[in-house]
Amino acid sequence: MAFEFTFTEEHDELRATVRAFLEERSDENAVREQMASETGFDPDVWAQMAEQIGLAGLIIPEEHGGAGMGYVELLVVMEEMGRALLCSPFLSSAVFAANALQSCADEATQKELLAGIAAGETRVTVAHAEPNGRWDLDGIQLSATGSGGNVTLTGTKTFVLDGHTADVILVAARTPQGIGLFRVNADASGLRRTALPELDLTRKLAQLEFASTPATPVSQGDQSAAFARVLALVVAALSAEQVGGAQKCLDMAVEYAKTRLQFGRPIGSYQGIKHKCADMLVAVEFAKSAAYNACFAAAEDDPDLIESASLAKAYCSESYFHAAADNIQIHGGMGFTWEHPAHLYFKRAKASELLFGDPSHHREIVAREVGI
Amino acid sequence: MPDHIQMSEDELRERTRALLEEVHPETTEAIPFRRKQYEHGLAWVHFPEGHGGLGLSPKMNVIVQDEIGKHSKVVHQDPGASIIGIGMGAPVVLTYGTDEMKRDMLPRIFSGEDVWCQMFSEPSAGSDVAGLAMRAERDGDEWVVNGQKVWTTVAHLSRWGMLLARTNPDVPKHDGLSYFVLDMQAPGVEVRPLYQITGEAEFNEVFLTDVRIPHDRMLGKEGQGWNVAITTLMNERVAIGGGGSKKKGGGGIAQLLKVWNDRNKDASSPAQEAILRDRMTQAWIENELLRVTSQRARAAQKSGTPGPEGSVSKLAQAEIHKRMWELGVDVMGATGLTFEAGYELRQGYGSLNSALELAKYQFLRSRANSIEGGTSEIMRNILGERVLGLPGEPRVDKNVAWKDVPRS
Ligand SMILES: Cc1cc2nc3c(=O)[nH]c(=O)nc-3n(C[C@H](O)[C@H](O)[C@H](O)COP(=O)(O)OP(=O)(O)OC[C@H]3O[C@@H](n4cnc5c(N)ncnc54)[C@H](O)[C@@H]3O)c2cc1C
Repeated sequence: MAFEFTFTEEHDELRATVRAFLEERSDENAVREQMASETGFDPDVWAQMAEQIGLAGLIIPEEHGGAGMGYVELLVVMEEMGRALLCSPFLSSAVFAANALQSCADEATQKELLAGIAAGETRVTVAHAEPNGRWDLDGIQLSATGSGGNVTLTGTKTFVLDGHTADVILVAARTPQGIGLFRVNADASGLRRTALPELDLTRKLAQLEFASTPATPVSQGDQSAAFARVLALVVAALSAEQVGGAQKCLDMAVEYAKTRLQFGRPIGSYQGIKHKCADMLVAVEFAKSAAYNACFAAAEDDPDLIESASLAKAYCSESYFHAAADNIQIHGGMGFTWEHPAHLYFKRAKASELLFGDPSHHREIVAREVGI
Repeated sequence: MPDHIQMSEDELRERTRALLEEVHPETTEAIPFRRKQYEHGLAWVHFPEGHGGLGLSPKMNVIVQDEIGKHSKVVHQDPGASIIGIGMGAPVVLTYGTDEMKRDMLPRIFSGEDVWCQMFSEPSAGSDVAGLAMRAERDGDEWVVNGQKVWTTVAHLSRWGMLLARTNPDVPKHDGLSYFVLDMQAPGVEVRPLYQITGEAEFNEVFLTDVRIPHDRMLGKEGQGWNVAITTLMNERVAIGGGGSKKKGGGGIAQLLKVWNDRNKDASSPAQEAILRDRMTQAWIENELLRVTSQRARAAQKSGTPGPEGSVSKLAQAEIHKRMWELGVDVMGATGLTFEAGYELRQGYGSLNSALELAKYQFLRSRANSIEGGTSEIMRNILGERVLGLPGEPRVDKNVAWKDVPRS
């Protein structure tokens, strides 16, 4: 489908609101504070995001207490969050879990959980990956045993976003029908949660071990196709976050190149630096095209969503990483220090690149979808 | 450019159907059809009424294309030789030409009757085109021009040339230029083909010896040729960079996929195959993003004159094309050792009758993409300085009379 890519005044206002909020509540000091904390987010900020701006329920329908907005609004918000390196359960709860419930859960479960997510009161995450490190559906090996009210889970999930702090975990597990999604409460018996030592401290991950842990199916039947679509929706949103981060790296690099003097001239007047910035600009513009295309596809429920989302994840991952790496280079020794924020973006970039599958994984999906 | 007139998409489609009722591409040759298309204001809908347009937003041009495509198996596209006239000649005549020029020249540019060429580059002035040496001296109501142009694409087919020449050597380089429309049939114009990397001669050297141009063929004022040239160059970058296929999976990538499918599949091991397949997917992705980026640029384009953002697509497209056709040859392995078209000098494309041969030709032709219309290095300078606002380099030619600047 050919999208128009038009942003309305309301979109611009939303962007301005979120940017202003994040400048105040998620500046560099706030980010560093959350990096050092175990939970990795500020409950006050999270509550404000939910109550004042309605972000926690952004893509949740109004009937379930959300703002009832779509993927174009989400893309705007994710870009801003990526720019500010916001530390919050937004990706896990408001994006991954909200999508998973809307796509895979029955009406009763949706009714029960979505309102809590939208209010910011229940933080829900989705446990998908396992120690095998695969991001496709075949990587889901943990199996659910029993039926009806007597289902239990045994096995390990890992790299779970906010897995150690979430109130509810939606676990993707093998069933005789295929793949199902199971709800486990944080205090369930036989559940052990361990925070992981992340490469990127701004986004918290945990390992979850299940030993005959009681669980409730969120719906009946095989959810493979629905869950594959959920993963596409999540990477589409993540690609928009990557665009925001990449743009910020470009802005930082250009700003520094204008002001840093060496040999009596701003370093940005040297082509070695100027041309690097120009190439970053092209890569950022292309990343925007990729992420917008994926998010517009999500907004319009386009049949090519899976392809567009994987294309965006593959491309935005690489362009964010290169922008973050070049930003360090352009800052010289300063860029290598702990004090300077360049490394925060560098680590976020690499972690986002690997999360939900690296570029080669997503190119494989694109190749399959388009028939290469 | 004034505010655009509002017209609904439906209304524009209706007007297009009215054109098709009068003349139909399936039963009318390209030139007469395109003449009528011009008369209906459906040549460039963003041009003013009476000059091939309807004063609409440039975004709406695609609607006309789309509607014609819906009702006709034959679509009379812009003729290949007219790309320069349509992309650069028409906008410059519209902006700076006299009413008479607009009336006489614009319809013939669109119909394909008159081919135009761009005569900027010279042996000593390429990237630094403002440093050019071709001399024009006033003689009554005429200008007498002497000097040499080079790399002049389609000069051998052209009726008119967009000529940039030096009218005052005693002022800094940008201030001493004037812009002319040159009659390529005038006495003293000599066009000689230049033999290229592909074996073709798309471009030429043009020698001007005491060529006389009437004063009223000057576009803009004397000494303001550089401003006029900028209009041309901005449109050039869009004409070149704004390309890419408008259709998903269309254009170059469709050709590349054909190479992939037609290749000798026994020649590579599974490991090689996996590497090539990943590179193919990267090429798909880059082409798809070129398409979406052009679409975004069109959506954002508010006025008729493109800004320096055109350089994003120009730079990206050049580099993507080169990579893509390097891959095209890599994919075919040993088959790439031959080139059936050969290198006999020819003006025109010769025979390229398979996807593989076409890819080898593209492999050679695409080297020009990062040179023609401004090199990739110059594009990076423009993006760095005009879009990102980075400082320029120290200049040795600023505020110095052109005649005192060193030249190779
Ligand atoms: C196929 C083709 C068709 C063409 N058609 C036309 C046409 O129709 N009309 C026309 O007028 N011209 C035409 N040209 C000419 C084209 O615009 C010039 O070739 C181009 O501008 C480069 O100029 P040059 O060849 O003199 O190279 P130079 O300017 O000498 O450049 C040589 C190298 O130096 C680099 N360089 C130069 N200046 C700088 C700088 N400031 N910073 C960093 N690097 C720099 C360049 O990037 C390049 O790598 C065509 C060229 C080609 C290849």
